[in-house]
Amino acid sequence: MGAVIECKNVTYSYPLAKEPAIKDLSLEIERGKFYGVVGENGSGKTTFCALLRGFAPSFYKGELKGEVLVEGKKTTDYGGELSAKIGYVFQNPFTQISGVKDTVFEEVAYGLENFGIPAEEIERRVVEVMQMTDIEALAMKSPFDLSGGQMQRVALASVIVLEPDILIIDEPTSQLDPEGTESVFAIIKTLKEKQKTIILVEHKIDLIAEYADEVLVFKDGQVIAAGDKRKILSDMSLLEKGASLPQVAVLGSMLKERGLPLSEIPVTEKQAIEVIARALEERKKQ
Amino acid sequence: MRDLRLKDVSFSYPGGFLAVDHINMEIKAGDNVAIVGQNGAGKTTTVKMMNGLLRPTGGDVLIGDKNTKDYTTAQISRIVGYVFQNPDDQIFHATVESEVRFGPKTLKLSKEEEDKRVEEALALTGMDKFKDENPLNLPLSTRKFVTIAAVVAMGTEILIFDEPTAGQDMAGNKRLSEILKLLHAQGKTVITISHDMEFVAANFEKVIVMAKKKIVRTGTPREIFWDLETLEKAMLKQPYVSRVLGALHIDGDIISIEDAVEGILNR
Ligand SMILES: Nc1ncnc2c1ncn2[C@@H]1O[C@H](COP(=O)(O)OP(=O)(O)OP(=O)(O)O)[C@@H](O)[C@H]1O
Ligand SMILES: [Mg+2]
Repeated sequence: MGAVIECKNVTYSYPLAKEPAIKDLSLEIERGKFYGVVGENGSGKTTFCALLRGFAPSFYKGELKGEVLVEGKKTTDYGGELSAKIGYVFQNPFTQISGVKDTVFEEVAYGLENFGIPAEEIERRVVEVMQMTDIEALAMKSPFDLSGGQMQRVALASVIVLEPDILIIDEPTSQLDPEGTESVFAIIKTLKEKQKTIILVEHKIDLIAEYADEVLVFKDGQVIAAGDKRKILSDMSLLEKGASLPQVAVLGSMLKERGLPLSEIPVTEKQAIEVIARALEERKKQ
Repeated sequence: MRDLRLKDVSFSYPGGFLAVDHINMEIKAGDNVAIVGQNGAGKTTTVKMMNGLLRPTGGDVLIGDKNTKDYTTAQISRIVGYVFQNPDDQIFHATVESEVRFGPKTLKLSKEEEDKRVEEALALTGMDKFKDENPLNLPLSTRKFVTIAAVVAMGTEILIFDEPTAGQDMAGNKRLSEILKLLHAQGKTVITISHDMEFVAANFEKVIVMAKKKIVRTGTPREIFWDLETLEKAMLKQPYVSRVLGALHIDGDIISIEDAVEGILNR
């Protein structure tokens, strides 16, 4: 186990920016865990992702102080190998499409071709991932003739097909219907079971509560809360800091305030049902 | 103020892909409606036909007693404003302010009226603080508000927002909800596409559900979010609180946290 990525006193400023986008950040990402990255817009979540992947500073330029280490080596000391280690799904699905392929099938296969993988294996992996992301029916369509949600599924598929050890995924469900959103989380869960490390930026806090192990809450370029999701997502004080909390946690805390004896603030649906049912039993006995 | 009606409308994309299949819809002047439904159901295609960006390949789109078939897209866009799903399909100018001013300029208003429209739209969307920035340097969720401002500034009687909640944080959703309230109070007709069930439950009077190129049901949020069969057909989910209450067998078709608290305590 141990840390697969480490940030040591990282401060990063975009070129021309008045203020750093990330301020003195130190943390460790452990192998095989699923991290939910949350917090208000503009709080530094995407910049954090770009730093872990080395895009900041290599692509966005700007000034980096401190160190970002991936498997013990500084991101700035890597060449192209980082792209094989870390899969990255960009926030805007409309820009992830390569623009050089004529069909969705070829689009998903594109990255694998670049890695020089044999044709049969490419075909097998692409078909499997297209099934997982429910886009098989679109295989022969042009990547540009898709609905917003379909495009986002293609963007995700084209990265998970590469089977990288570390996945950084920036808001992969923003355009998805509720069912599609759940299935993306279910896919991420199976990736985690394969010992992949997952860093996921997501506003859908209820799903983070359901699936993630750890939560990092960003605000103004800093991590203001980090740790086990149950602990973080039941902390009502985070609401005042612009973070959102699961619906069921808010419900639980309101019930508690009104005197219902809940044993804890639930963060998942299942937990909420149990905790509330027990409290109602409790109240009946009294 | 005019009603909007779709009569037996279909649409096939060039190449023959049928995206919308014989739908009927009636939206009354001043209505505040949400359109929900699975990815690829045909929501975007449908609303693009309302403002003339796409033309039905079958059936008619009527605004009041006028058939949109007899008007140019430019003419329709003065009655029906559309905020694209992807803001980048809509942004062409170097500053936020010039982006928002572009539309009203084409209306040949007095200078004062034009300035007023632009200022009000910037203030309403919170984009006034970014007015001199290049929209492309702003995050996607903020760019969406730039495009909303640009459409609001046109002052159309009907406004369509295609997935404004995508990627918004809590503050963004709250702002959206305020914008919707204000437009509604001004008597505008507002049509919003969203995948955010909590947002839909809290902000609309009427919900239209689309699945597989068709409309499967129209109703109040309460009706829709307790019609489990329709939800399943359209790949939708109940709001979280409704799911919890369902499991606890507390009825009342509750869809908000406030009602859920009362429902549980009064059991
Ligand atoms: N330019 C195009 N050419 C061919 N087919 C298209 C084109 N644009 C969209 N489609 C198809 O039309 C169907 C409906 O698309 P539409 O964009 O209306 O869906 P939507 O309900 O808005 O979905 P989403 O929730 O994902 O945005 C989809 O199956 C899509 O693949
Ligand atoms: Mg759409």
